[in-house]
Amino acid sequence: MPVTVPIEKDLEKSHRGGELNLLYLMLLIRRFEERASQAYQQQKIGGFCHLYIGQEAVVVGAVAAARNNDYMITAYRDHGHAIARGASLNACMAELLGKSTGISRGLGGSMHYFDRANHMYGGHAIVGGHLPLATGLAFACKYRNEDRCTLCFFGDGALNQGAFHEALNLAALWKLSVVFVCENNLFGMGTHVERATAVKELTNRAKAYDMPSMVVNGMDVRQVRDSLRTVLDAMRKRPYPFFVEARTYRYRGHSMSDPATYRTKEELDKYRHDDPIVGFKSVLLNEGKLDEAQFQEIDREAKRLAAESVRFAETSPDPPTEDLHKYTFVEGANQ
Amino acid sequence: MREITYRQAVNEALEEEMERDSTVFLLGEEVAEYSGAYKVSQGLLDKFGPKRVLDTPISEAGFAGLGIGAAMVGLRPVVEFMTFSFSLVAFDQVVNNAPNMLTMSGGQFSIPIVFRGPNGPAHQLGATHSHATEPLYANFPGLKIAIPGTPRDAKGLLKTAIRDDNPVLVLESELLYNTTGPIEDKEVELLIPLGKGEIKKTGSDVTIICYAQTLRLALAAAGTLAGHGVNAEVLDLRSIKPLDLDLILNSVAKTHRCVIAEQNKPFCGIGAELTYQIQREIFDELDAPVARVAQEEVPMPYNESLEEAVLPSEEKIVQAVYQVCYL
Repeated sequence: MPVTVPIEKDLEKSHRGGELNLLYLMLLIRRFEERASQAYQQQKIGGFCHLYIGQEAVVVGAVAAARNNDYMITAYRDHGHAIARGASLNACMAELLGKSTGISRGLGGSMHYFDRANHMYGGHAIVGGHLPLATGLAFACKYRNEDRCTLCFFGDGALNQGAFHEALNLAALWKLSVVFVCENNLFGMGTHVERATAVKELTNRAKAYDMPSMVVNGMDVRQVRDSLRTVLDAMRKRPYPFFVEARTYRYRGHSMSDPATYRTKEELDKYRHDDPIVGFKSVLLNEGKLDEAQFQEIDREAKRLAAESVRFAETSPDPPTEDLHKYTFVEGANQ
Repeated sequence: MREITYRQAVNEALEEEMERDSTVFLLGEEVAEYSGAYKVSQGLLDKFGPKRVLDTPISEAGFAGLGIGAAMVGLRPVVEFMTFSFSLVAFDQVVNNAPNMLTMSGGQFSIPIVFRGPNGPAHQLGATHSHATEPLYANFPGLKIAIPGTPRDAKGLLKTAIRDDNPVLVLESELLYNTTGPIEDKEVELLIPLGKGEIKKTGSDVTIICYAQTLRLALAAAGTLAGHGVNAEVLDLRSIKPLDLDLILNSVAKTHRCVIAEQNKPFCGIGAELTYQIQREIFDELDAPVARVAQEEVPMPYNESLEEAVLPSEEKIVQAVYQVCYL
């Protein structure tokens, strides 16, 4: 059944009014990952699989605030980031099943989603290791005098890696246009941020590098979008990095193999009560911008695409073994 | 032909490639205002300005990663490590982010970057500053490794490395920066392909395989051996990856004897791999087991005579040749 609700796939336009699109994107990510979880339990997916469920408002709000050609890079909990940027669920699911139709041809896996066309530069699995890469993306923009910002996402667990500090220092020193978005979901794997990080206020880490910062409610997509828009507008006028702590929560364990016994049911219930999708839906209902039937229609479409992605992935071919060495080196040189 | 130093050769390569391609830039500790810890980048700041010759903080993981990120979107960074001993604090960037990106992204992102700087022991630098890192990096698919032993090779290999679309390590040597050698005039475009070794001296009785610092030792040993009636062939690898196996096998099949003079520790060192390849491919051609001259298996001592005892030397190579020739 075709969707009649005006969902705007073009995010540049969506933040000029199409808020239903934000809801739709969060639902796409949620429904995709529910299917991924199911497929993992059915042993269709190997290796690690880190779900983003609960954190959707962070990336959807941030992407809505950014321009389509701004650069984006993230850590290993990356499904939502690729989908928010416009990757197809089919390519994302095929990657989880290791298929040649995957977003990284089945060679990257869950933690290594790359989507060059949508300026999504990975998908990086060594905690903190991609923050220097973000400074490099922004450095290239400065080098070429491009009006482009870089959004760099990472978890609270990255705050204690050397690469985090080196990247923040270089970004501030060289006035690079990077928004460092710390998605604080309170846990680095099973260790609570208070047991891992010596500062109480995470934004103090940015202050150490004379970098401006703010805290946003990462469960509120509008707040994330509006805050990030302000940050990006200022950054385009006066290039300088910015640190955002987005307070959020993941409902699932660190990875599929983690039952998350380190937290209580009460804590989880409290956050479920603040669910970014449920919350935004009721805001839109109250404002008369959405009715229940429309919501059901959008959700049905998200569920349909998620289910379809599993079928697509299952019927896709594995990468050919004869291509094993194809991507170790690129042929040729800049002669 | 003219004679220049190895230092000048590296400098010329950088200057020519930066001149040729505006996406090439140099970054590292002290490369700009100080002209490089070993004065390799002398004059480049004046010529190209601070936008393209950048002093970094002492922050190897940070600036190595910055280079890789810039390479993802089409710049061609040359990252100088003041010494490859310091590359170890950027190890994750060099071995994870640079060589894995192409595969991880399903072919979407190549990383045209050069990591270069002095590698291997120098003179009494102690245990932490004397690492010969070539066997470490040789274990990571996706990295190419050039390891020049002469000014001509240093220039030609670096220029090729900068043009390569893949991550390339150019492992120079502090002990070689002041050495001189013949090289084409500046007007001649000097590009030496990666993965091609060179016979630096032809011979018939034994093949001495060497690279970088051990090239000079091998040539000296060959001179000494000539006085004792042994005609040694000296084969300079120039690149470790890709490896010029054909050149090695042809030479050893001709001389039937082989000594590998390597500047690293012996265990899992470059010679271990070469020995495997040689015996695997041309076992029947060997008239003696392959011999290796490497460092002693100890952290590098500071004391001068102890350091000398650890390092490969002309005398050790000569003795190894006698051994494989049963002399």
